[in-house]
Amino acid sequence: MKTGVPILQVENIIKVFPSIRAVDGVSFSIDTGTCFGLLGPNGAGKTTTLEIIEGVAKPTSGNILYKGEKIGRRFQQEAGFLFQTTALQEFLTVIETLKLFRQLYDHVSPLDELIETCSLEPLLKSDTRKLSGGQRQRVLLAIALINDPEIVFLDEPTTGMDPQARQNFWELIKRIKQKNKTIILTTHYMEEAEQLCDIISIMDQGKIITQDKPERLLSKHFDDVLLQIPIENFPSGLKRLQEEHEIRTGMVLIHTRNVHQTILNLNELDVDLTQLIVRNRNLEDLFLKLTGKELRA
Amino acid sequence: MHRFKRFLAVLHARNVEFIRDRTALSWNIILPILLVAGFAFLFSKQANNSYKVVVIGDGLDVKEYTLQHTKLLSKSNKFFLTKYVKFIPGDKLEAGIDKVRRHKVDMLIKLDTPVKYWINASSKKGYVLEKILLLSQSTGVEISNPPSREMVKGKEINEIDWLIPGILAMNIMFSCLFGIGYVIVRYRKMGVLKRFQATPLTAFEFLAAQIVSRLCLIMIITTIVFIGCVVIVDLNVVGGYFPLFIVFLLGSTSLISLGLIVAARSTSEEYANGILNLLSWPMMIFSGVWFSLEGLHPAAQVFAQALPLTHMIEAARAIINEGKTLLDVSYNLVALAAMTVGFIIIGAVSFKWDRF
Repeated sequence: MKTGVPILQVENIIKVFPSIRAVDGVSFSIDTGTCFGLLGPNGAGKTTTLEIIEGVAKPTSGNILYKGEKIGRRFQQEAGFLFQTTALQEFLTVIETLKLFRQLYDHVSPLDELIETCSLEPLLKSDTRKLSGGQRQRVLLAIALINDPEIVFLDEPTTGMDPQARQNFWELIKRIKQKNKTIILTTHYMEEAEQLCDIISIMDQGKIITQDKPERLLSKHFDDVLLQIPIENFPSGLKRLQEEHEIRTGMVLIHTRNVHQTILNLNELDVDLTQLIVRNRNLEDLFLKLTGKELRA
Repeated sequence: MHRFKRFLAVLHARNVEFIRDRTALSWNIILPILLVAGFAFLFSKQANNSYKVVVIGDGLDVKEYTLQHTKLLSKSNKFFLTKYVKFIPGDKLEAGIDKVRRHKVDMLIKLDTPVKYWINASSKKGYVLEKILLLSQSTGVEISNPPSREMVKGKEINEIDWLIPGILAMNIMFSCLFGIGYVIVRYRKMGVLKRFQATPLTAFEFLAAQIVSRLCLIMIITTIVFIGCVVIVDLNVVGGYFPLFIVFLLGSTSLISLGLIVAARSTSEEYANGILNLLSWPMMIFSGVWFSLEGLHPAAQVFAQALPLTHMIEAARAIINEGKTLLDVSYNLVALAAMTVGFIIIGAVSFKWDRF
């Protein structure tokens, strides 16, 4: 790879289906070792974007360069994929499935190391049809890593997992990050993106709305904090509340740059503050501000 | 080298999947055995009591030579008045003799001077018919010169021997079409193909592995069922086993390739199922599985020649029932090979991994 060349460059890709323009001029580049997060609600176009980069779908127009070259056989040998919806060949055990995929690549990861990384030892002889959601994702992650990839695509890898399984999966992804692998992650879990991603790109209606490091994105768009109080804690309603505020799922979110003064004002209004939460702005807030939608809409 | 490694890996995985899918495996073996056993039982109970005599007129055109002529003949020869004897007009002497040899008819009469007749030396019905013919001579003055006899030798082809090649071929057809077409569509729908697409595995390697896997499994199962037919229902195989193997191999390849066309793009199992039924049912009817194509409307006979199952059954029957060689059935083999090449090209060109 030429020095200074990004590992992946996406140049103005467009994908038009008969009824919708799913991807509308998406461009970005990713440096080696970065965990790049593509965020967006369902239908934003992130999976289609990812499938075009992966070579599974063809773009209507646009270019994708891997290490400065058009994607081709080299990319297939050096990239790992965990799709949002995929299945494994039936009637095979986990170990047989891993061995099958190992045979498809020229260069592969040591099997023992892979089994350990993805905690698959107890599952090796299990039929792949009988795995739980979390176990299944671990097997699919192992397959994504089977060729010791330089770039790994993870499309909503923790969707449908319980919180415990999700936490475990995040630990696995952190281990992959430590090996200086480049990761492209799509998700609609804000916490997942905050924990794992170095760069975040927010998509809506087929376009990238904004892109930067998570902390820079937040500081660029917000200079306040939120005070969160249940709406029933306001005995006389919200008419007398002077501060800028909004209501989300039964909570009043007050925007303020002066927490002390706001709390004094709330005291004057006899607001019950026992359930008060003061928090910084997060990606969910950013997403709502930019798109008017919640991340998991 | 890597290509072959990938091909072998997918081939192995598919074979394991099929062998472990007990339902599919047992269905593929048990269905044809049940069919053969059922028909053997049915035909063993249905003794064919009618006598069949082919009559060839001297210089008569087959189209004008109908049963009416046979009735007219009855005025001059009482033999033709014999009850329970079916007189069938014929036109080709060699074809008629061949039918006597194979016990398809009991006697052949050529209205010549003197009248000539052919019977099979091992046919009981032929013996009885000869006695009646000669008796009608001795009691009347119908034929001035005594008829001359020609003796033919040949083992009887019973109905089950005739049916088995068709049933084996039919089972191969279902296994090929649904085993390839349905499975690949299911893979695409579930996302298995999408996962493979993201690896260095090529469409050619994947499809080749599917074809070879299905071919191996079909040949093994067909061999097991065939052995079962020989042992259980005493199938009489006149020809060689190797030519028969070649016919089934080529026939299977052709039908698998046809299945590939169905599987090339579809993501709907219901759609694939409909198309596969649309392909298999005409073959069931027009390819001669259950009855001979002789006597079918000429247009239906032309249509039948466009079906791979027809050629597989014709060639298999010629080998099993008549002892024909590969050279004798070369027309069928060439037709199957041509269809195979055509189907593979169409299937490979139109193949898509995923829905896009």
